Amino acid sequence: MKSVLPILTVLAAIVVIWYGAAVGLNSKWTYDQAARAGQDVSFSQLVTDTMTQERPVLPAPHQVAKGLWEGVAGQKITSKRSLVYHGGVTFSATMAGFVLGAVAGILLAVGIVHNRAMDMSVMPWAIASQTIPILAIAPMVIVVLASLGIKGLLPKAIIAAYLSFFPILVGMVKGLRAPDGMQLDLLRTYNASGSETFWKLRLPSSMPYFFASLKVGIAAALVGTIVAELPAGATQGLGARLLSGSYYGQTIQIWAALFAAAALAAVLVIVVGAIEKVVLRKMGMAR
Amino acid sequence: MSALIIAIVFWVAATALNGWIARTRPNARWAKLFVPALFGATLLILWEGLVRGLNVSPVILPAPSAIAARFAESTDVLWGDFAQTILKGALAGYVIGCGAAVLVAIAIDRSPFLKRGLLPVGNFVAALPIVGIAPILVMWFGFDWQSKAAVVVMMVFFPVLVNMVAGLAATDRLQRDLMATYSASYSQTLAKLRLPAAMPFLFNGLKIATTLALIGAIVAEFFGSPTRGMGFRISTAVGQLDMPLVWSEIAVAALAGSGFFGLMALIEKAVTFWHPSQRRR
Repeated sequence: MKSVLPILTVLAAIVVIWYGAAVGLNSKWTYDQAARAGQDVSFSQLVTDTMTQERPVLPAPHQVAKGLWEGVAGQKITSKRSLVYHGGVTFSATMAGFVLGAVAGILLAVGIVHNRAMDMSVMPWAIASQTIPILAIAPMVIVVLASLGIKGLLPKAIIAAYLSFFPILVGMVKGLRAPDGMQLDLLRTYNASGSETFWKLRLPSSMPYFFASLKVGIAAALVGTIVAELPAGATQGLGARLLSGSYYGQTIQIWAALFAAAALAAVLVIVVGAIEKVVLRKMGMAR
Repeated sequence: MSALIIAIVFWVAATALNGWIARTRPNARWAKLFVPALFGATLLILWEGLVRGLNVSPVILPAPSAIAARFAESTDVLWGDFAQTILKGALAGYVIGCGAAVLVAIAIDRSPFLKRGLLPVGNFVAALPIVGIAPILVMWFGFDWQSKAAVVVMMVFFPVLVNMVAGLAATDRLQRDLMATYSASYSQTLAKLRLPAAMPFLFNGLKIATTLALIGAIVAEFFGSPTRGMGFRISTAVGQLDMPLVWSEIAVAALAGSGFFGLMALIEKAVTFWHPSQRRR
C-alpha cells in the first residue's frame, strides 16, 4: 500500500500534462476561428474553448470520460453506438482465440518435451517466429477466410490464437522442463511411468510459468483481435470503432474506444492473475 | 496428385531422418542446425505439394515457388517499401523511443518516489493494446513516416523503460559498498558499475522492442500512408487479391524482423560478454 500515493501522484501528473497538451494542441483551431471572426481571444476563453471542441486534436480527459460514459451507460447494449456491444464482440473473439491458442500451445509443448526430434525441429522455429511481425498477415487472413465463406468471429479468433500461441508454447516448454534432475531421479526411483511423471511432477511444477505466459498470451490475443478488426468491412468491435473514428475525424470516439480496449485488457490480465493466485494457493505454491 | 504424393513421401522420410538424428546424435553441432533446417524445408515442400496436388487457388494460398518468383521480379518495389517502413519509420522510432526510455529510467532512478509510482503504471501500460493509438498519431503527424515513428516510440518506450529500471536496480549491496569505499561519486558509480550491470536487462528490453517496432510501423500504415510502405502494400495487394506479393512482403517483414533481432543479439554478445548467459558452455 506504500506505493498508492506515488501511483496517484504519477496519474495526477499525467492528467495535468494531458490538460496542458489539450490546450496547446487545440489552441490553433480556436485562434483560427477567432481570427476569422475578427476577435481577440483572452486566455480564459482559450481554455474553455479548447476543452469543449467538437473534434479536438487532443480531447481533454473529461471529454474522453464523457464519451466513454455515454458509450458504456448512455446507450442500449444492443445499440451500434454502445461500447459495451463493441467490447463484447471483441471480447468473444479474444476469448475464442485465446482458448484455441492456449490449447494448441500446451499440446505442442507437451509433444516437444516428450519427443526429442520434435524439440530439435520445432523449437528453433517457434523462437524465431517471435521475432517476426506476425500481425502484418492479419488483413490477408481476414480476406482469404472471407473468400472461403468464413466470416464473423472465427477469422479474428484465428489471428488472436496465432498471437497468443507462441508465448504460451515457449512458456509451457520452459515450465514443463522446470523440475530439476534430482526430482526427476526421485520419480525414477519410484519406477514412475512417463505419464505419471507428467501428471505428478512436470505439470504441477509448470504452473507458475503457465500463468505467466497466459497473461502475456491474453494481452497478445486482444491486440490481435483489435488489429484483425481493422481491415475494411469490419463494422463491429473496438478495432472497427477505432477505424471509423479515424475515417470521420471523431477523435473523442477514438479515445473512448482506446480506453475501453485498455480497460478490457486490464480486466483480462487481472482475472488471469486472480485465477493464478487461487490456483497456486490451492496447490501450495503461493509466494 | 503426384506432387502431393511426392511431398508426403518426402515428409515421412524427413521426419524419420530427423527422428534418427535426434536419437543417435542429439548433441552434435551440425545436427542442431540440420534438424530445424530440414524441418523448415519439409514444411515448404509440403506446402508446395498441397497447393499443386489439390489445385488450391492462388487467391487462397499461393505456392512457395510462385511467391519466390514474385519476390524476385518485384525486388525494387519491395526495397522501396522496406526503406519507407523499416529504415525510416521503424528505425527512427526505435532509436528515439529506446533512447528516451533509457534516459527517463536513469532520471527516475534517483527518486524512489517516482520509481514506485511510475513502475506499476509502466507495467500496466506495457500490457495495453498500444497499437490502438496509431489512428490518433497518424492524424497528428500526417501520413508519412513521422507518424509511424511516433507509433513505434509509444510502443517501445514502456517495455524498455521497465527493463532498464530493473537493470539499474540489479547491483547488489556489496558492489555498491565497494564503490562507496572508493569514494566514487554518483556519476562514477553509474558509469562504472550500474550501467554495465544494467546491460543484460536493457538488451532484453531492446530485443522485445525490435518486434514491437516492426508491428507498430506496419500496422500504423493501415490507418493511412503515402503510396509506398509494407503495410500499405499489404492492404492494397490484399484488395487486388495479389497474394504472392502479400506473401513476399511478409517474407520481407520476417527477414527484417529476424535480422533486426539478430543484430541486437550480436551487439548484446559484444557488450555483455561477461554475463553468465553469454559465456561459452
